[in-house]
Amino acid sequence: MADDQAASRTILVVGGGISGLTAAVEAAEVGHTVLLVEREPQLGGRVSQHFQYFPKLCSPSCGLEINYQRVKNNPRIRVLTLAEVEAISGQEGDFTVRIRQHPRFVTEKCTACGECSKACTTMVANPFNFGMDQVKAIRNSHPMAYPNCYFMDAEYARSAEARTLPCPVGAIDPDMQATVLEEHVGSIVWATGWRPYDAEKIQPYGFGRHVNVSTNMRFERLANSYGPTSGRLLRPSDGKEVKKIAFIQCAGSRDHNHLPFCSRVCCLASMKQATYVREQYPDAQVTIYYIDLRAMDRYEGFQKKVEADPGITWIKSKPARIDEDPASKDPIVIGENTLTGIRYADSYDMVVLATGMEPTSATTARVPGHSAAYDEYGFVVKGGQVLSSGCAASPLDVAGAVQASTAVALKAIQAAAKRG
Amino acid sequence: MAYDLSFAQDVYKNSEMGHWIKMCKQCGVCAGSCPLGPHWEYSPRQLFQLVRGGKKEEVLKSQSMWMCTSCYNCIVRCPRGLPITHIVHGLARYASVKGYADPNQVTNRFATKIFWTNIVSTGRVGEAMLTMRLYFVDGLAAGIQRGLEMKDSALGMLMTKRLNPIPFRGKIKGYAGFAAMIAKAQELEAKREAGA
Repeated sequence: MADDQAASRTILVVGGGISGLTAAVEAAEVGHTVLLVEREPQLGGRVSQHFQYFPKLCSPSCGLEINYQRVKNNPRIRVLTLAEVEAISGQEGDFTVRIRQHPRFVTEKCTACGECSKACTTMVANPFNFGMDQVKAIRNSHPMAYPNCYFMDAEYARSAEARTLPCPVGAIDPDMQATVLEEHVGSIVWATGWRPYDAEKIQPYGFGRHVNVSTNMRFERLANSYGPTSGRLLRPSDGKEVKKIAFIQCAGSRDHNHLPFCSRVCCLASMKQATYVREQYPDAQVTIYYIDLRAMDRYEGFQKKVEADPGITWIKSKPARIDEDPASKDPIVIGENTLTGIRYADSYDMVVLATGMEPTSATTARVPGHSAAYDEYGFVVKGGQVLSSGCAASPLDVAGAVQASTAVALKAIQAAAKRG
Repeated sequence: MAYDLSFAQDVYKNSEMGHWIKMCKQCGVCAGSCPLGPHWEYSPRQLFQLVRGGKKEEVLKSQSMWMCTSCYNCIVRCPRGLPITHIVHGLARYASVKGYADPNQVTNRFATKIFWTNIVSTGRVGEAMLTMRLYFVDGLAAGIQRGLEMKDSALGMLMTKRLNPIPFRGKIKGYAGFAAMIAKAQELEAKREAGA
């Protein structure tokens, strides 16, 4: 029967972050087969790098853990990590895709016992912590990682030491090669998410030149107990406790020189991060510079709660530039308070730039071929052969991405049922 | 108090680049970026808001738009892409046309007398004379003092042939064409301003 045939068609989900995970489990749990492709060695995407979600300020590991369990327990979901979609041909109902899977150098036999990592002497900049600390060249991304299977950096795999690493189950294979798979799928969900806008491009703010100017995503890692400072909010130059801190909103957002759009989450993210500081150091002073505050959707209550904290000052101004005190390395924020008309030059222990979301589909995760439609910013939108969900479609918070991806799972089921 | 939109509408229509003022989102980056910021009565942001608020007297009597040195910092940084430098020069011109500009305001004097005479009389800028007339604008003593302060720069420019000490005499080749061009531009400008 045609219906049975349609149901047997696989749904390809590209991207294993919160959006891709949601689309995959929602489609699989109503009986469809799903192929979930993730470029990184482990699932979880940007959400796994966060310390807490707003507005409840709980850890994202709990939401991710539930989804990992749903993936693990569902035989209809096949997960490919370290994999990228190279080519797409065909149309809705009958696509052929070519997927390249990069070598992990560790097989599925891995039990994550950690013996190899203990023996490894090569340290590399930790991409999970944005290079703020060093990790072993063979490792898990973080303790919550799924699949819970170690991986080795490609460069390290070529070293002599990689061949001598101990493994009680014989899972290490430094000779592992890339493989290319061809798969037939009925529909494609592009859920490649976002990356933080490159703060170095915002030249007047001095990120990359001023050591104590950081970004919101880096700050999430600083606050996290598995981050470079084990969760203590210490500034990079001298490890001083961050007692006087500024957050700068719309850093590279709503700006025709950078990202012209609003990413919808950065105001709330800074409010949330202000609570990290106030919680850890009750005598800390937080200042938030903003053009206008946007607590999207139903989050105004969270804003009111944060506004009630007398330790947080709000300055209506987009700062013009940030200087650095050469001796103390204190960043100095310079601009005009637009409510008073008074110019300020305020010194802080640390400044956090609230950078926005750049869709990876604009650059490193373009949909191969011509099967996608993009908007002017590179988000994947309606009109192409490929469906999109989460932050690949528009900037969203986690709850919004989950909702949107649940809806897209249904669209993907319908699209897969089309006659190819 | 009645809210009068006519001033803003006239600026949008008749001040050069004035229509861009509608686009300002009042973020304050221009004010913070301006090297002369602390010396302005109103920052560009404030000027634009005053225009939108119909504050004709405050805007046109202000010295602010005469303070711009055309460094273009604000244009580079404006998140909305407003050509702020040009808008501000446009407002200065607009104030002039409306008869609000103080003829003794130093930038106004420089633009309308010193620079204008210098370039129109010969067809090109004569640096030596232009600099001299600007330096001595406040009298002999002030001029000498200013000249001494700047003598190292002047010598440097001389050495690198960026300043010709001999005043340019005569006229450029094809001066008649240049003069006709200026006359035509003035005619068009007068027509435009009469219509406004």
